[in-house]
Amino acid sequence: MKLTLKIWRQDNAKAKGKLVTYKLSDLSADMSFLEMLDMLNEELAIKGERTVEFDHDCREGICGQCSLVVNGQAHGPEQHYTTCQTHLRSFSDGDTLTIEPFRANSFPVIRDLKVDRTSMDHIIQAGGYISSFTGIAPEANTVPIHHDISESAFDSAACIGCGACVATCKNSSAALFLSAKVAHLAKLPQGKVERAERVVFMVNAHDDEGFGSCTNTGACAMVCPQEVQLIDITRMNYEYNRSLTTVEG
Amino acid sequence: MALNAKTPEGPLKDKWQNYLDKTNIVNPANRKKIDIIVVGGGLSGGGAAASLAELGYNVKTFFFQDSARRSHSVAAQGGVNAAKNYKNDGDSIYRMFYDTIKGGDYRSRESNVYRMAECSVDLIDHMTAQGVPFGREYSGYLSNRSFGGVLVSRTFYARGQTGQQLLLATYQAMMKQVKQGTLTQYSRHEILDIVVVEGKARGVIVRDLVTGKIERHSAHAVVLGTGGFGKIFYLSTLAMNSNGSATWRAHKKGAYFANPSWTQIHPTALPQAGEHQSKLTLMSESLRNDGRIWVPKKKDDNREPGDIPTEDRDYYLERRYPAFGNLVPRDVASRAAKERMDAGHGVGPLKNAVYLDFKTAIAKLGVDTIKERYGNLFTMYRKITNIDAYKEPMKISPAAHFSMGGLWVDYELQTTIPGLYAVGEANFADHGANRLGANSLLQASVDGNFILPNTISNYLSNEIRTGKISTDTPEFDEAEKAVKDQVEKLLSIKGTMPVDQIHRRLGKVMFKEVAMSRNEKGMLWAIEEIKKLRKEFWENAAIPGDDKGPNSELEKAGRLADYLEIAELMAVDALSRKESCGAHFREEYQTEDGEAVRDDKNYMYSAAWEWMQGKDWKLHKEELEFNDIEVKTRSYK
Repeated sequence: MKLTLKIWRQDNAKAKGKLVTYKLSDLSADMSFLEMLDMLNEELAIKGERTVEFDHDCREGICGQCSLVVNGQAHGPEQHYTTCQTHLRSFSDGDTLTIEPFRANSFPVIRDLKVDRTSMDHIIQAGGYISSFTGIAPEANTVPIHHDISESAFDSAACIGCGACVATCKNSSAALFLSAKVAHLAKLPQGKVERAERVVFMVNAHDDEGFGSCTNTGACAMVCPQEVQLIDITRMNYEYNRSLTTVEG
Repeated sequence: MALNAKTPEGPLKDKWQNYLDKTNIVNPANRKKIDIIVVGGGLSGGGAAASLAELGYNVKTFFFQDSARRSHSVAAQGGVNAAKNYKNDGDSIYRMFYDTIKGGDYRSRESNVYRMAECSVDLIDHMTAQGVPFGREYSGYLSNRSFGGVLVSRTFYARGQTGQQLLLATYQAMMKQVKQGTLTQYSRHEILDIVVVEGKARGVIVRDLVTGKIERHSAHAVVLGTGGFGKIFYLSTLAMNSNGSATWRAHKKGAYFANPSWTQIHPTALPQAGEHQSKLTLMSESLRNDGRIWVPKKKDDNREPGDIPTEDRDYYLERRYPAFGNLVPRDVASRAAKERMDAGHGVGPLKNAVYLDFKTAIAKLGVDTIKERYGNLFTMYRKITNIDAYKEPMKISPAAHFSMGGLWVDYELQTTIPGLYAVGEANFADHGANRLGANSLLQASVDGNFILPNTISNYLSNEIRTGKISTDTPEFDEAEKAVKDQVEKLLSIKGTMPVDQIHRRLGKVMFKEVAMSRNEKGMLWAIEEIKKLRKEFWENAAIPGDDKGPNSELEKAGRLADYLEIAELMAVDALSRKESCGAHFREEYQTEDGEAVRDDKNYMYSAAWEWMQGKDWKLHKEELEFNDIEVKTRSYK
């Protein structure tokens, strides 16, 4: 099949970017989206032109490194896919695809399609952990956890931190990402001790990093590759309000 | 230099405790005077970085990803082993030790393996305390599944995303230390050399992958947790950017490389669909708990799998290995699949796959149970292939997966360069010639969290008076110059052959001759091909762009330059070992029914190779002793 690609090219965070058009032929519907970019880059390399920079690593949907917006949709047209899981069978012969980086004020462009998402690390640094040290843990089975609670914690913990929720949100909010971690840890007995401080620190860090506020549009949950649920945001709000009214300890 | 494994005295079961009781440690007040560089942010490197930072050392962590949470440990699916004996099925630390030694075909170091099994028990406690949502029974207690090569259920899991959950817990522990100020992160930084001063590892030369700047960093000790080099095959289950460069650069600075040719070819990955393919996605071994592997009995049977009746199917693992059936270890399962495919029974458009069928399990347990156990794997399979595996069998195929070989380390995980340590897949000692499923997450985690922090103190206890290590020395000058020269040389080639294309061709040579089945003639041919590719690379690689900013082609080229050298050592290693053991199957040494023939008299050693400045390698043997296990022919029949 043949495709026309309009790809965002930008030298660095300060430079002005633009869409550049490339045409590819001899594509196969079984190719993955990123393999198509590999092919384009090989063609550019042969011509001695600077190749298109994009982030990718595991290519199986779990590392969260790939971060493209295809035709206006974070990770492409398939719901709950990562870019690397998208295959060309999702497009038709002759289509034109516009490929851009994840866009948000908190995700400055590094080059072309690569963006800087350390702002998400900063949210976790603020409190997205259990402060237990190596070597002090009690025997694991001393604290039984109800099967359904453990499964529900997993649903939140499954977040791959890709930032598609931010790229999709009209407010560039990271509420789904943030709330998934708050919910994961608050649901488990091990994480309950620090729940009040954690949610406040993390929400403050989120706002300090320049992410927008959540207005419950729900677009984030529609694109999330791990299908993290909107109810986690409700859980986060509950935890936040709870922290204002309770004193732990 | 003679190899000294430094195995502690005493009975096997007391060695680790004896070591801990007597080893030198560093006063908490002195730890803040000590700098440690940790390379790699995965389970081994990240675990080491977080645990060392918790102890109060100044730790700098380097990784090429944008966040440590993306390290390739994230992709491990099925689980992590621990000898908890929660199932009351007779498991114990000794049994786990036994299974691992046997699984590795009696080519691993007894003391290290026993320690790994011993530490496994605490690891589950540690990870649970960190918030890992392991699978649980309805009683609320932890659940287990079985993995290949064992007769007990000792694998803990978090659906099919166990690696992700362990890694996120480790990443979160790192973030906690970043906030506390004892851990400094250098994301998007790639190690290009190890700096050795007066015989000790004292720092690294790195490239900032955003600005392109070459930087010097010094420390009292350097830890490599940089994973394996299976991406040398190009098509593999590894992440695209996983590489062997840090360990290889260490090798060229004097660290011996052990058993480099022992690569695990995983039996259940997705088959290659075409030339453009960049990656072979793994389908977890845990699927073999409930999936049955078969091929059509008739050659070139083109019927749909559902139309092939049971009597026309060959469940070849159940037929050849009735005791372990579909749960034979990976090397055995991969070789058996290759044997069937080579004999003309492969399935799929390229005849390069076998079926993994869940029909029996779904009929017995219901779709819901299968969904809870493997739901995300079935979803992943559908996303990639567009096939619903609840309705028809998966098509799977062997793919390069794990490097059992790596930097030679002693009991303290120290390489042959004093002050340079290797943890996790980057080292070699625990898995012998074949790694058992779910022992990889285990080894990476215990090396990083429990073992290294306790062994490195023995070395650092002599460093408390050293003071800051200067980067303004001839050794740093020289290392930085070599790195800059190489970058310049790569950019000046200006050829017409894309780096990936050379890498693909290297991968084909390696997969054909230095993978599942090896013979002398093939490997001699492979060495010549590798040399030709190396020449072509340095003459005609197409590496556009400059070194002033991000340049993925330059990064890939640097890694490929190293692979083109590692490949030769892999072939040299495999050639020198005239026996079959584990994943190392030499066609010249097999029984009539195609099983491996070991030669314990002549080859019961680990091969540690010394770099001789590019003029061949020198072999050092670490003879293996087995005092606590009877050495037998490995059989899963």
